[in-house]
Amino acid sequence: MSAPLLEVRELTVHRGRTPVLDIPSLRVGQGEVLALIGPNGAGKSTLLLTLAALLKPTAGTLMFHGEVLDSEAKRQAFRRRVTMVFQDPLLFDTTVRENIASGLRLHGVAAEERQQRVEATAAQFGIAGLLDRSARHLSGGEAQRTALARAFALRPELLLLDEPFSALDPPTRGGLLEDLGRILADTGTSALLATHDQAEASRLANRLAVMRGGRILQAGALQQVMNHPEDPFVAAFVGMETLLQCTVSAAVEGVLTLALAGHELIAVGEANVGDPILVGIRPEHVTLSLQTDKTSSARNQLPGTVTKVIPWGPFHRVELDCGFDLSTWVTPQSLAELALAPGRPVVAAFKATAVHVVRKGPQGG
Amino acid sequence: MTRSACLRLGLALVTALCPALLAAAPPAQKVVILATTTSTQDSGLLDELVPAFEKETGYMVKTIAVGSGQAIAMGKRGEADVLLVHSPDAEKALMTDGAGVNRRLVMHNDFILVGPAADPAGLAKLGAVACFQRIAATGSLFLSRGDNSGTHAQELKLWKAAGITLEGKTWYQQTGQGMGQTLAIAAEKKAYTLADRGTYLALKKKLGLPILHEGDPALRNVYHVIEVNSTRFPKVNAAGGRAFADFMVSKAVQTRIKDFGIALYGSPLFFADAGLPE
Amino acid sequence: MDLIWEGLRKALELLVGLDPEVLGITLLSLKVSGLATLISVVLGLGLAVAVALNEFPGKRLVIALMNTGMGLPPVVVGLFVTILLWRNGPLGFLGILYTPAAIILAQAVIATPIIAGLGLAALQHLPPELRLQILSLGATRRQLVWLLLREARLPLLAAVMAGFGGVISEVGASIMVGGNLKGSTRVLTTATVMESSRGNFEVAFALSFILLVLAFSVNALLTHLQQSRRPR
Repeated sequence: MSAPLLEVRELTVHRGRTPVLDIPSLRVGQGEVLALIGPNGAGKSTLLLTLAALLKPTAGTLMFHGEVLDSEAKRQAFRRRVTMVFQDPLLFDTTVRENIASGLRLHGVAAEERQQRVEATAAQFGIAGLLDRSARHLSGGEAQRTALARAFALRPELLLLDEPFSALDPPTRGGLLEDLGRILADTGTSALLATHDQAEASRLANRLAVMRGGRILQAGALQQVMNHPEDPFVAAFVGMETLLQCTVSAAVEGVLTLALAGHELIAVGEANVGDPILVGIRPEHVTLSLQTDKTSSARNQLPGTVTKVIPWGPFHRVELDCGFDLSTWVTPQSLAELALAPGRPVVAAFKATAVHVVRKGPQGG
Repeated sequence: MTRSACLRLGLALVTALCPALLAAAPPAQKVVILATTTSTQDSGLLDELVPAFEKETGYMVKTIAVGSGQAIAMGKRGEADVLLVHSPDAEKALMTDGAGVNRRLVMHNDFILVGPAADPAGLAKLGAVACFQRIAATGSLFLSRGDNSGTHAQELKLWKAAGITLEGKTWYQQTGQGMGQTLAIAAEKKAYTLADRGTYLALKKKLGLPILHEGDPALRNVYHVIEVNSTRFPKVNAAGGRAFADFMVSKAVQTRIKDFGIALYGSPLFFADAGLPE
Repeated sequence: MDLIWEGLRKALELLVGLDPEVLGITLLSLKVSGLATLISVVLGLGLAVAVALNEFPGKRLVIALMNTGMGLPPVVVGLFVTILLWRNGPLGFLGILYTPAAIILAQAVIATPIIAGLGLAALQHLPPELRLQILSLGATRRQLVWLLLREARLPLLAAVMAGFGGVISEVGASIMVGGNLKGSTRVLTTATVMESSRGNFEVAFALSFILLVLAFSVNALLTHLQQSRRPR
């Protein structure tokens, strides 16, 4: 089996005496797009800088194609094959064309090929019309496209993206995310994306790692981590807003009956009867109606009362009291049709598969 | 601008500027360092004599025109080859010290007391020392060069003879500058000052400060050449210093000194004294 | 006012008539201060880059010293350089006291901390991540330095201007280490001092006018370069 593209082992970084990063192991495979998500200060940027060989770790090994980067010469050579894009576009004070060409110049690419690559990359990112503009006079989105084009023009084997979209407004961000996703797929470029936005992560990545306090709490395939967080923090961070501590009252052929505050929930999973268990429910998996629907495939139908309605972008976030707290998203139409307002009695419905087992055992252990 | 254009610009600059450095150092034994007072330079006398000396002997003279105090200090450290100065007491100390050799009289001009035409202190017809006493008594503004020059030394000597202490006197101010500037300031502030005649004559037209006292033997400003002792300071150019000193007391040069300034100011600036008794 | 018109007229006369002495003095001023600035650019920018790009114990002290050096009084430098260059002094063997080389040396001592201090400020003003971005594009150490200098070129050019302006207009050091020797070390400022001490205020004024025009032209040229290098 061939070595992964990039691999780190026993990586630690200290700032002064304080440890800021502790990664026992991380791998990025060929063609993989790995999103690192976590709150500010989780160590995402530090990890990316270390992986880009821009920051010397306190201890640990960095391997590229299985070869240990143990000398400055190797690290320098590595930096010619792996490129990082920062949150700030950090463009040079010259034209867009010269900016995209700058990395190629540093690599000593001949003029003819350089020009060809600059134009091709600019076209990919939709900035061919801006080539002769000054980088000073670009909008935020155009500047970040230029920064990405500058990196892509080098045809890096691995691209490290440190929150490159977080300073952009939502429509600009959406357009760029779409283009970047397409280009990553078209070119088969492997990438590592640091973000604190799970939506960004789910649009670009096929793997996900959740970080907190300089550690990776959970890493795995995108859907796996999104739907089966192993930890309350991960669950909250991937958008699993409702977490419920229950007890297993029955387990029959992979179907669990869970007891909770006088209610019963049906979930899918394996557990022993009598065990405490922590489950999570994503708000988008919960639907609301005015009465119980016997024909629905949703095995869980719980009466409750609306406690809060909060406008939330194009949706409304509705919080319920079903004997325990539950939250969900509704469209403005549903809000009107169901006349949702605090005090309104409703029925919350969700499938057994929407109840994700986060952790077996008592909470807070 | 591209990198190569920058490099070309830099190279052009270097090639243009290098001659300034290369032209820097003629052989040491050909250089004579003359430490002298600003008055000899400011009067224009050296502009006439130094080129003649260089032409005659092939030496190159570096004329460092400073106050007499600094000129004598340079001699004392062996940083000059020959001195042309007018500060007799300091000169004698230098000779006693042994740093200078072969002190010879060259010329004199004289100091004059100048001041505002209205003469508020009423100095006319007084002797030199009496003038200074009178200035102090009336508290009239007096400007001193205060720069340890020969003129400054002469002035202090006169105050001492007049029995005046200067500390804390508001009417006594020091400019710390050369003769020309001190005269200009005196004219501007309508103050009295002691000046050497040469500088005064050169600037007379522009000043409007009449001579209020002249001719007292106490006001003579005597110039000597002193060679710096090359036994004590081996780096001193003894031959060059000697050549310049000889040149200054030579008959031909003495004649030029005697005539210097007549054409321009109508009267001579210096009196040639070489060979006369002190 | 008379003096000003007289001075202007005299300055024009001296310039238009290409008075060889004034021309020589002007050229010498340019050469000496230009070369001193060039030396200071190499040393000062070298120092600025070294301090900006490296972390070392005592870095703050070094920066404080550089900033203090920016305010070195020329006469103090003149005095020190004179004492060093005296023929009985530690550098006397060079035999360059009272030569243009001595002025260049003294002026370089004055301008180096100015260019280093302002240069360091210019480099530190760049976004801190820019250095990482450039390295991440695969730059070698030399390429990194070159790109950082290029990015900071506008404030760096201002630093060079400040250095040149500082030395072409200083008189204290030039007169002490140069001696104001006619045809050899007489530069615009020392000639101005001498002429005004001689009471030749018209000539002094003419020389200072030339100095002003010179300083202005050099700065105008550099500013023009700066502006034309800026992309649209």
